Amino acid sequence: MDIVRITFLLGAVIGVPAVLVAYIVGADRLIRLLPARLQPAFRPWVWVGPALILVGLFLVYPVVATLWISVLSTDGHQFVGLGNYATVLGDNSVLIAIRNNIYWLVLYTGLVLVFGLILAVLADRVPYEGPVKSLIFMPMAISFVAAGVIWKFMYSYQPAIATQTGTLNAVVTSVFRQQPIAWLIDHRTNNLALIIAAAWIWTGFAMVITSAALKGIPGELLEAARVDGATETQVFFRMIIPLLAPTLTVIGTTLVIFALKAFDIVYVMTNGNYDTDVMARRMYGELFNYGFRVGRASAIAVLLLIAVIPVLIFNLRRFQFQESIR
Amino acid sequence: MSVAPVAAPTAAPTPLVVERGEPRRPFTLGSLPLHLVLILLTVIWVVPTLGLLVSSFRPGFLTARTGWWTAFAPPFQFTLQNYRDVLDSYNLLGSFINSLTIAIPATVIPIAIAAFAAYAFAWMKFPARNILFLALIGLLAVPLQVTLIPVLSMFKNFGLNGSFLGIWLAHTGYGLPFSIYLLRNFFGALPNDLFESAAIDGAGPLTMFFRLVLPLSVPALASLAIFQFLWTWNDLLVALVYLGGDPAVAPMTVTIANLVNSLGQGYELLTAAAFLSMALPLVVFLALQRYFVRGMTAGAVKG
Repeated sequence: MDIVRITFLLGAVIGVPAVLVAYIVGADRLIRLLPARLQPAFRPWVWVGPALILVGLFLVYPVVATLWISVLSTDGHQFVGLGNYATVLGDNSVLIAIRNNIYWLVLYTGLVLVFGLILAVLADRVPYEGPVKSLIFMPMAISFVAAGVIWKFMYSYQPAIATQTGTLNAVVTSVFRQQPIAWLIDHRTNNLALIIAAAWIWTGFAMVITSAALKGIPGELLEAARVDGATETQVFFRMIIPLLAPTLTVIGTTLVIFALKAFDIVYVMTNGNYDTDVMARRMYGELFNYGFRVGRASAIAVLLLIAVIPVLIFNLRRFQFQESIR
Repeated sequence: MSVAPVAAPTAAPTPLVVERGEPRRPFTLGSLPLHLVLILLTVIWVVPTLGLLVSSFRPGFLTARTGWWTAFAPPFQFTLQNYRDVLDSYNLLGSFINSLTIAIPATVIPIAIAAFAAYAFAWMKFPARNILFLALIGLLAVPLQVTLIPVLSMFKNFGLNGSFLGIWLAHTGYGLPFSIYLLRNFFGALPNDLFESAAIDGAGPLTMFFRLVLPLSVPALASLAIFQFLWTWNDLLVALVYLGGDPAVAPMTVTIANLVNSLGQGYELLTAAAFLSMALPLVVFLALQRYFVRGMTAGAVKG
């Protein structure tokens, strides 16, 4: 690492917090010059100021600007109303991307929740819970790019006459005596193959949170049900699931947002080919593969934004409820 | 009311396994299916990573012809050549340094800015406080995609595209809502008595923040730091869009994504590259797992 780079890094890592502290301390000095009753009116804005400016610059303004760009022609000179939306929604390949996002929404969310729940409940009953959970959770630390490489390798396909080097096809051919499957190309499997790779990463997330909620259920409650003659299946479906429902819903909302934004896995593993495209990848494609088509790209982005609005409202309601019981 | 033994809210990191305080069920034959299913699932979860790790140490001509599992049978042929090749010929070392250059400031800066804001949201009263905080929660769900085009043209106007400064700022802006949300919840849960008695002793907001809130919040700051570091280290989209295709500034994710396209069947190099990019986050994760889990469960379990 060269000297310039190190200085640059240190400057940012030490300099920025130092400047911030100096700013807060300095501003506080100034505020203390004001009459005492005015101070509480000014001080909060000094503290939230830098954050509000950056959030405004990188989130609020761009969202508004994207809404505006989406109703302009790509050169930005002409108001086209909903023209970009019509173009985008009239494009069959975009419709396929929307269809795939629906697959992601249902299958990815479902797989992660179900496996997270199963693993949390099973691991709760064994003495080696810790190691199992660590291993399942580990993929959460890995990038989607690395996970994409890992799973491309798992799905690797050779013609039937050759030796299969991919784990899955080796199992298919030698254990099940079937023809190898081109997982990432075959239209019957490829979307599911991508979704499984993403679910593999995030199941640990669902498991850990579900597990924490599971530990919060009083043991006596379940024991009482068992004493009253409830079977394990009844305890699971009639007690554990309803008691975990709020937690599962919260995890679900996180997963739904992720399913809508899915980009990296698709970009790395298929780049949207073979009918595996999704909205976020398509938007990137509109910009960088098909010649910076800003109007269409922002229309797709706005469609994504519209899709997350129910989740957004749900989050706000949940927060207000939490605050009210605080 | 005495404030002496103040119990900071869960100041200790939550371990991955919480004991419920009831005796473990003894191992019985009836629970055998349970163990089998759980172990099978765990093995399924580990195999993909294991395959990558083993392949990264196998010579390329073998990886192309045989499955990674054959490496466990004689002749045991392992090599470090793949690692040497990617580090030398594909500039992965440079990308590793770029990733560090991006991720470290992109972790420190948003946390520093968020801490001040979170303190104001938790303990100061101002007119638009609730509305602004609700807006931040709303922004948590907004897909990054909606911001890409305007931010990119803003960067182009200021000459910030393709620069580290630009990507630090972008990661800071994107990371702030979550950082403020997490820290504000933690700060807000600190006991009120603490602040009252400090105020009686004549402490102003600065003293309270630096002497009281920050030291008590080390676990929350640690879990936030891990999150933000993993996000920025593992990020592909933001780097791809704002840094452009310049290999001189490309982080590992971008370099590897490019290798996937260009190498085609050169799997052995790809496996080594992927493993190099995973090494640091895995170390961080294994060393600080407790904080990571704590931060994740903080917002989600309640309610």
